[in-house]
Amino acid sequence: MAAITTHALVKEYPGGVRGVDGVDIAIADGEFFALLGPSGCGKTTLLRSIAGLETITEGQLLIGDRDVTRLEPGQRGVAMVFQDYALFPHMDVADNIAYPLKIRRQPRSARRGVASEVGDGLSLTGLMERRPGQLSGGQQQRVALARAVATRPEVLLLDEPLSNLDARLRLEARTFLKELQRELAVTTVFVTHDQAEALALADRIAVMSAGKLIQVGTPREVFAKPATTFVAGFIGSTPMNLLAARVEGGQVRLGSAVVPMPLDAVGAVTDGAEVVWGARPEYLGWSTTAVEGGVEAEVTVVENLGASVLVTAVAGADRLQLVLGEDDEPAPGSRGWVTVPPRRTLLFDAESGRRLDAERAREDAVAVDVAP
Amino acid sequence: MAGLGRFGAGAFVAPALALIGLFLVFPALWTIYLGMTDYRLTGLQAVDPSFVGLDNYEQILGDPAFWRSLRLTLVFVLASGIVGQSLLGFAIAWALRRLTGWLKSVVETLVLAAWVIPASVASFLWIALLDRRGGTLNEILGTQGTAWLIEHPMAMIIIFNIWVGTAFSMLLFSSALASVPPSQLESARMAGASGWQQLRDVVIPNIRGHILTNTLLITLWTFNTFTPYLVTAGGPNGASEILAVYIYNTAIPGGQLGVGAAISLIMLLINLVIALGYLRVGRARAARPAEATAAETAGGAATS
Amino acid sequence: MTETRTTAAAPPPLAARVARAPRARHFVSRLLTVIGLALLVVFFGVPLAWLATAPFDSAPTLAVAWPDWTLSNFAAIGENRYAIGSFVNSAIIGFGTCVVVLVLGAFASYALSRVRIPGRDGLLYALLLLSSIVTGTAAMVPTFQLVNMLGLIDTHLAVVLVVSGGTLPTVIFILKDFMDSIPRSYEESARLYGARPWQILRDVVVPIARPGLAFVAVWTLVQVWGNFLVPYLLIRRTQQQPAAVLMYTFYTESGQADLRLLSAFALIFSIPIIVMYFLVNRRYGFRFHGGIKS
Repeated sequence: MAAITTHALVKEYPGGVRGVDGVDIAIADGEFFALLGPSGCGKTTLLRSIAGLETITEGQLLIGDRDVTRLEPGQRGVAMVFQDYALFPHMDVADNIAYPLKIRRQPRSARRGVASEVGDGLSLTGLMERRPGQLSGGQQQRVALARAVATRPEVLLLDEPLSNLDARLRLEARTFLKELQRELAVTTVFVTHDQAEALALADRIAVMSAGKLIQVGTPREVFAKPATTFVAGFIGSTPMNLLAARVEGGQVRLGSAVVPMPLDAVGAVTDGAEVVWGARPEYLGWSTTAVEGGVEAEVTVVENLGASVLVTAVAGADRLQLVLGEDDEPAPGSRGWVTVPPRRTLLFDAESGRRLDAERAREDAVAVDVAP
Repeated sequence: MAGLGRFGAGAFVAPALALIGLFLVFPALWTIYLGMTDYRLTGLQAVDPSFVGLDNYEQILGDPAFWRSLRLTLVFVLASGIVGQSLLGFAIAWALRRLTGWLKSVVETLVLAAWVIPASVASFLWIALLDRRGGTLNEILGTQGTAWLIEHPMAMIIIFNIWVGTAFSMLLFSSALASVPPSQLESARMAGASGWQQLRDVVIPNIRGHILTNTLLITLWTFNTFTPYLVTAGGPNGASEILAVYIYNTAIPGGQLGVGAAISLIMLLINLVIALGYLRVGRARAARPAEATAAETAGGAATS
Repeated sequence: MTETRTTAAAPPPLAARVARAPRARHFVSRLLTVIGLALLVVFFGVPLAWLATAPFDSAPTLAVAWPDWTLSNFAAIGENRYAIGSFVNSAIIGFGTCVVVLVLGAFASYALSRVRIPGRDGLLYALLLLSSIVTGTAAMVPTFQLVNMLGLIDTHLAVVLVVSGGTLPTVIFILKDFMDSIPRSYEESARLYGARPWQILRDVVVPIARPGLAFVAVWTLVQVWGNFLVPYLLIRRTQQQPAAVLMYTFYTESGQADLRLLSAFALIFSIPIIVMYFLVNRRYGFRFHGGIKS
């Protein structure tokens, strides 16, 4: 078990493309940590750099107290489960699980023992003689996990661990994975492009874009207080409403409507500032009677999500989406007011996309003061 | 990459490259030098060959035997390779394309067997077939006493080479025909196209790449084949002495290694021209997939 | 009744006329196809028929004839001084070449598949091109001289090395295809557990590439087994000659050929290659660079 620390980590490809561009990250011992981002953001490159499969161009990587920046993958004490599981098709399950021990020249009997012990822990009993081709996707994943943990690694890396499973199995595997991680208490880093997966599994999430870390935080922080409009748009199963707005007299003007100033932003903006107003569909409400600080809108589309509905409403040039309970479902074409809780809405700087936050502004100011 | 590194990769490749270098590249280059010496198999020049510059080439280009050999080779390549093997191979593939069952198996097996049996066996089968006194062909045709290999040596090695080599074209065109999208053929059929029209309008355009590949490979192989030597040894009196056989007869039994090397170089140059043609066509065909792969790799590198 | 008669007398309806003409044409084309195929069977079959009949005929002639069945011809092989030895020679040369080509080819193709060396594809194509233009034929003089200088004339090693050098580019090309198709994650996974490159090759790559290696082994064997020119050029002593060369001397150098020996010898010599070829063809089909023999 060990913490992972990187200092200004850079992975540059021939030709100057930077897959990882100056990443500073500190992953605590035993933490379940997600690298989240769209494809091409550098998350897999970062994971592979930690594994040692990519040579690090600049910077430093520590696992525990050891500087492993230049070590071979086999010397780092990391194990990895690949997206395609990388189970050797010519070996049976037991041989696959015990392969790391074979490399460490452990005798065959010891290998068999460990394989069956680890296999039992991952409900693979009775499958030990099978070849990977004879297993279901979920079983293959468990074999790959078993192989990864058979050597008791200090760090477990998972590359898109759930992407090769079908939708129904994915949920089951997610719970299983979280249980397993708790049980082993091994520092685990996983890569995903699925924000729901990251929110559900991780203790903390790092959102990446273009090789850089955009935000690191708990799922709750990342969901409720995204650092930028990019994170805001990326996290959440229905994307956050992001509308161009302007600050007017301590309130926010959206087209013809005026909504209350989000609490976080009070004191962080001046009158006349061009901003982006953000609100999660789940936090917006609907009223058939006029509401102070509400946005009058017309319902155009209603999509059924099971226990809730996703409503798209148009207010002038703006489109708003809101998630309502099934009992509150409005009829398409009807008019009403979108209600806006100031505690749950956010403002972003129109130019930089950064969230405007009175508290953070103060912190930044302090940081600037302290800087030499 | 792959934990191998430049050095490790070099160590993995080096032995193979050394062998290729010594026994493939070196002889090719050495031919250039040898062709400019009076090197002989026996006698004084075997011990101490001297440099004679372009004398060998002067001698060769002035030798009617060389020009006759080149002409024979041309006829041989055209008749047995390009026309014979390619057309017959295509015809068989076309005739068998929708056939199943024993007839298809019999035809395929026979054509393939002719291809895979060792050349020295195939040659003897034809020597026996064409024998003047006891040969099967004379028995079938009732032409006892006809010495086919002496009266028509070129025609015989051409037919022999068709017999030996058609399998390749058959296999290549079979897989080419199988790759023609059935929907295109069905569309043509629904438009009322006859078999010939389907062939012309749908099949040929679809397999143009295969046709080029086949033609050029066959040309190269037929140009270089030594097997007819086993049937006629170039005779009688050089009447079937194609270039490969001419080199052998000049260099080994004739003992003129230097002259043989000079002819070899001419042959290598002709080969190079044919092969470059093949590469050009091949590259034009491969350009698109290759680009796609490159783009994928680049994308893969850029992707997380 | 009358109605029926009128219909019969009248010209057939358009639809029927249209239908009948293609049917006739179809029949003709079908007939032509069958005749053509029959001619093909004769053309390819008659020369081969001798190989099937003569070895079993107690008094074989050059002509194809229904044999007077016997197996005594095969005894003639044992009586010949060189015949059995030549099969051994062929086997040694074939096996030797297979080993050299497989080992060197596997290492080289793996490295070439995994490491980005600038100009790798160009090099590969150039070698492939070279191997197809520098056939035994065009380079026979320098090859002979080289082997002579190395003092390897009349040795099996010479044939093994020359044939290996000539086939390696193709072998590497084919094997690289197989290596390319092995997901890198397999090796990366092994690397994470500390496996060295040779361990990865032994534990992961070779077992997975086994079909490719088998294919290349058979391909090489077919190439070597029937190869005439290289051993003919490099091996002069009869005791050392492989079957391909001995077969040729049987019908050229001994005045009146012994057809009993010749036919039995030819059959035994051909069978392994035919069996191997059809085995591979059945198993792997015609997927690889234009088949087995080139």
